[in-house]
Amino acid sequence: MLKILKYSFFDLMRSRWSYIYFFFYLILGYVLFFLNNDVSKAVITLLNIIIVLTPLIGTIFGVMYYYSSREFTELLLSQPLKRSTIFIGQYLGVALSLSLSLVIGLGIPFVAYGVMRSGAIWDFTSLLVTGSFLTFIFVALAYNIALSFNDKIKGFGFAILMWLFMAVVYDGIIMLLMMKYQDYPLDKFALGAMMFNPIDLSRVLILLKLDISALLGYTGAVFQQFFGTSMGMVISMAVLSLWVLIPVWRIRRVAGKKDF
Amino acid sequence: MVEIKNLHKSFGKVNVLQGIDLAIDEPGIIAILGPNGSGKTTLIKSILGMVIPQKGDILIDGKHILGEWNYRNEISYMPQIANFPQNLRVQELINMIKNLRAETTLDQALIQQFGLEPFLDKKLGNLSGGTRQKVNIVLTFMFDSPLIILDEPTTGLDPVALIYLKELIRREKERGKTILVTTHIMNLVEEIADKVVFLLDGNIYFNGTVAALEEQTGQSDLERAIAEILRNK
Amino acid sequence: MNRTIFILLFPLLVNSLLAKEIVVCTTCEVTNIQEAINRANAHDAIIIKAGTYLENNITIDKPLVIKGEQGAIVDGQSKDGIFLVAADSVTISGLTINNVGRSHTKDNAGIKTLNVRHFLFENNTFNNPFFAFHIQKSKRGVIRDNIIHGNAIDEFDSGNGIHMWHCSNIEVLDNKVDHMRDGIYFEFVKHSKVEGNESRFNIRYGLHFMFSNNDEYTHNLFENNGAGVAVMFSKYIFMKNNTFRLNWGSASYGLLLKEIYDAEIKHNTFEKNTIGISADGSTRVNVEENDFINNGWAIKFLGACYSNKFLRNNFVSNSFGIAYKGTLNSNIFDKNFWSEYVGYDLNHDGTGDVPFRPVKLFSYVVNKTPETIVLLRSLFVDIINFSEKVSPIFTPDALKDEHPSMKRIAW
Repeated sequence: MLKILKYSFFDLMRSRWSYIYFFFYLILGYVLFFLNNDVSKAVITLLNIIIVLTPLIGTIFGVMYYYSSREFTELLLSQPLKRSTIFIGQYLGVALSLSLSLVIGLGIPFVAYGVMRSGAIWDFTSLLVTGSFLTFIFVALAYNIALSFNDKIKGFGFAILMWLFMAVVYDGIIMLLMMKYQDYPLDKFALGAMMFNPIDLSRVLILLKLDISALLGYTGAVFQQFFGTSMGMVISMAVLSLWVLIPVWRIRRVAGKKDF
Repeated sequence: MVEIKNLHKSFGKVNVLQGIDLAIDEPGIIAILGPNGSGKTTLIKSILGMVIPQKGDILIDGKHILGEWNYRNEISYMPQIANFPQNLRVQELINMIKNLRAETTLDQALIQQFGLEPFLDKKLGNLSGGTRQKVNIVLTFMFDSPLIILDEPTTGLDPVALIYLKELIRREKERGKTILVTTHIMNLVEEIADKVVFLLDGNIYFNGTVAALEEQTGQSDLERAIAEILRNK
Repeated sequence: MNRTIFILLFPLLVNSLLAKEIVVCTTCEVTNIQEAINRANAHDAIIIKAGTYLENNITIDKPLVIKGEQGAIVDGQSKDGIFLVAADSVTISGLTINNVGRSHTKDNAGIKTLNVRHFLFENNTFNNPFFAFHIQKSKRGVIRDNIIHGNAIDEFDSGNGIHMWHCSNIEVLDNKVDHMRDGIYFEFVKHSKVEGNESRFNIRYGLHFMFSNNDEYTHNLFENNGAGVAVMFSKYIFMKNNTFRLNWGSASYGLLLKEIYDAEIKHNTFEKNTIGISADGSTRVNVEENDFINNGWAIKFLGACYSNKFLRNNFVSNSFGIAYKGTLNSNIFDKNFWSEYVGYDLNHDGTGDVPFRPVKLFSYVVNKTPETIVLLRSLFVDIINFSEKVSPIFTPDALKDEHPSMKRIAW
C-alpha cells in the first residue's frame, strides 16, 4: 500500500494543480499575515476559507483523480496487488498531498511571521488540523461517489452537489427547522445536527476556540456542558475521526465488489 | 492451467456470460473470438479478478482465484487501451511496475527492440497511441509469467512493431507459455493461433483449431467462417 | 513665617506627642484588643503584635489607630462580626482578619462602620469573611490596599467584599477582592471613587452600583466574575480605564447598564466577555474610545435606550457586533473602528466611504432562536448576512456608522 500511496502522492505532487493549490495557500497566508498584521483576524478569514475550500478542493481532486486514473487503476488491478491496497493507497496519496499543500502552504507564512510571538498558535494549529481532517473526509466521500458512478459527468455532478449540500444547504435547512420549532428545547437537536455534517463539525471545533464567549451565552445545560468543558472538543474530534473511518471503510467494501 | 466452470456474469440486465465452461490444459496460443459485446473482455477480466462473476468458478493451476490476488504473479496482462498516468515518464512507469511486482532485466532488450530509448524520459501523456502501445508491450513481456493475456494487442502498431510483436508471441509460445489473445484481426489468428474459442451471446459457440472451425462451417478461411456463423445465428 | 505655622500647628503637635501607644500581644500586659481599646484614650495607637486573637464584636468607640504587625491575626471563629467602628477618625491597618460568622439576619463583617467619618482601613487581609467591609452611613473614608479572599458558593449565602450603604466621599483604592458575592457594592453612595482595584471570581458582580450618583471608577480590573460590573438606577457615573475580562456565562457581561442617565464610559477594555456592554434602559451615556475585543456580543441593547453615543470605539473580532431587542432609538454610532468592515477609502482620509451596519441578520435570528448560534460563521450565515446587507429587511436601516474608521483608533 505504501508503494501505491507513494506513486499517487508523487504523481499528484508533480501536477500543476497541486502547485496552484499550494501557492494559493502560500500567497493567501502571506497576504493575510503581512498586510493585515492582526493574527486573530487572519485566523477568522482563514477559517471562512478553509471551511469552504478544503472540502470543495478535496471533493474535486478526489473525483478527478479517480476518473483520470481509472485506466491506470485497471493496470494496477491486473498486477498481483490487493484491491484495498490499490484504492486505499490512492486515496491516502490524494488526501495526503492535498493536506500537505494546505499545511505547508499556510505554515510557511505563519512560521515566517513568527510562531513564537503569536498567541494565536493554537487557533492556527487547530485550523490546520481541521483543514486536514476535512480534506481526508471529503476526498474519501468523493472516492465513494466516484466508485458508485461509472459515468464521469454524473459522478462529478453528484460530488459537487454533495459539497454544496454540506457547505450551504444543510445549514439552511437546520436553521429553518430551528426557527420553525423555536418553542421546543433545541440544544440537543442543534448539537446533534452538527455531528452529521463534517463541515459544521469542524466549524464548531474552531468556534470553541474563537467564539467561546458567545457560545457560553446560551442557557441550555447541554450547551454549557458541551462548550464549557473539554467534552465538546473530545466529542467533535471523535466524530470527525468517524467521518474519516466510515467512508474509508466503504471505499474498501465497494472497491472489493466492483467490476472494472 | 486455466479452468473455468459455469461462469455467469451480468451487468444490470445484460447477461454477458451465461455459463462459460472452458478448460485450457496445454500451452499454446488460444485466440478468443467473437463479435462486439460477446463477452471476450469480460471473460479475460474475470480471469484477472477485475470482474467479479455472479456465479461459477475459476481455477488456475488448480487453485480457486476468486477474491485472491497472489495468483496474478503468474499472469502478464496487456490491456486494450493503454492509458497511463499522464505525469509519469516511461522509465518511471517501467520502474514502478517492476517495483510493485518483481525485479527483471528483460525490459532492456524489449525497449531496444521497439525503439523506445528516445522516449524513456518523455511523459506518457505526450506519447502517440502507437508508442504507448509499445510501452504496453514492454510492460507485459518483461515478466516471465506462465500465462499471458493480450487484449487487442495490435491496436495502433506500425507494421515493423507488429512483426516484432508476433515474434515475441511465438517465442513465448515456444517457451511453453499459455497465451490468450483477443483480436479482430483474423489474419493474426490464422497466423499464430493454435486454438480458437468463439464466444457468442455469452456462450462458447466453438472451441477447437482454426482448421476445425473452417471445416465445420465449410469455408476456406477464418474470416468467412466467422461471417458464416454470424449469418446463421 | 515658620514661627506662625509652628504656633498654629502646636496644639496638634502636642496632641500627638501626648498620644500613647498600647501594645497587645499574647504575653503582654494587655492580651486582648477590646481591653486595649477600653484602656486607650482618644487618638492613642494600639499596636498588635504577631499572634492569633480570638475575638468578636470589638467595638471602637473613640478615635484610635489600630495597627497590626506582621502575623497579627484576629480570628472570629465564624461567629458574629469582628470590628465595629463607632467613632470618627479610626485607622485599622496591617491586620489579618479571618472567619467572620455567616448569618441570614445580620450583616456580620470584618470591619463594620456606622455613622462615622474620616476612617482609614489599609493593608488588611481578610480570609473567609462574610462581609469584609460593611460601611453604613459614613463619610470621607479611605479603604485601600486590602486583600479579600472569600469562599462564596451561593448568592443567598454570601456577602460582599466592600459593601457600602448611604455613604459619600469614600475612596476605595487598590484593593484585591475575590470569591465574594459582589466584589464591591455601592448602594446610595455619592461622590465616591473606586480606583485601581482588582475584582475576580466573584459569584455575582465584580462591582455593583445601586442608586448611587456622581461616582467614578477608574483603572480597575474585573475578571472572571459572574458578571463584571452592574450599574443600576444611577446618574453621573464616570467609568474610565477599566478592564472587563472573561466574564463568561449565560447572560453574563462585562458591564450592565440598567436605568442609567448621563454616564461616561471611556478608555475601557472589554475583552472576551459573553456580552461587552448590556444596556437595559440607559440614556445620554457616552461610550467613547473603548476597546471591544473578542466578546460574544460587543453591545447588546435590551430596550429603552435613548440618545446614547458610541464614538471612536474599536470593535475587534467580536462574534456579534451589536444586537438589540425591541426598537432602536436615537442612539448614535459614529467614527468607530469595526474589524469586519470591508469598505474602501478612496480619498484616503482614514474614513470608510460606505457606512457600516453593525447589526447582522444572523444576530436577529440568534435573538429569536438562541440555539442557532451553532451556525455561527457558516457559509449559509455569511450568505444571509450578505443578502441582508444588500437589501435590509429585518435589521434597522437607521443603525449604521456613517464614518467607520479604516484603522484601529489609538487612544
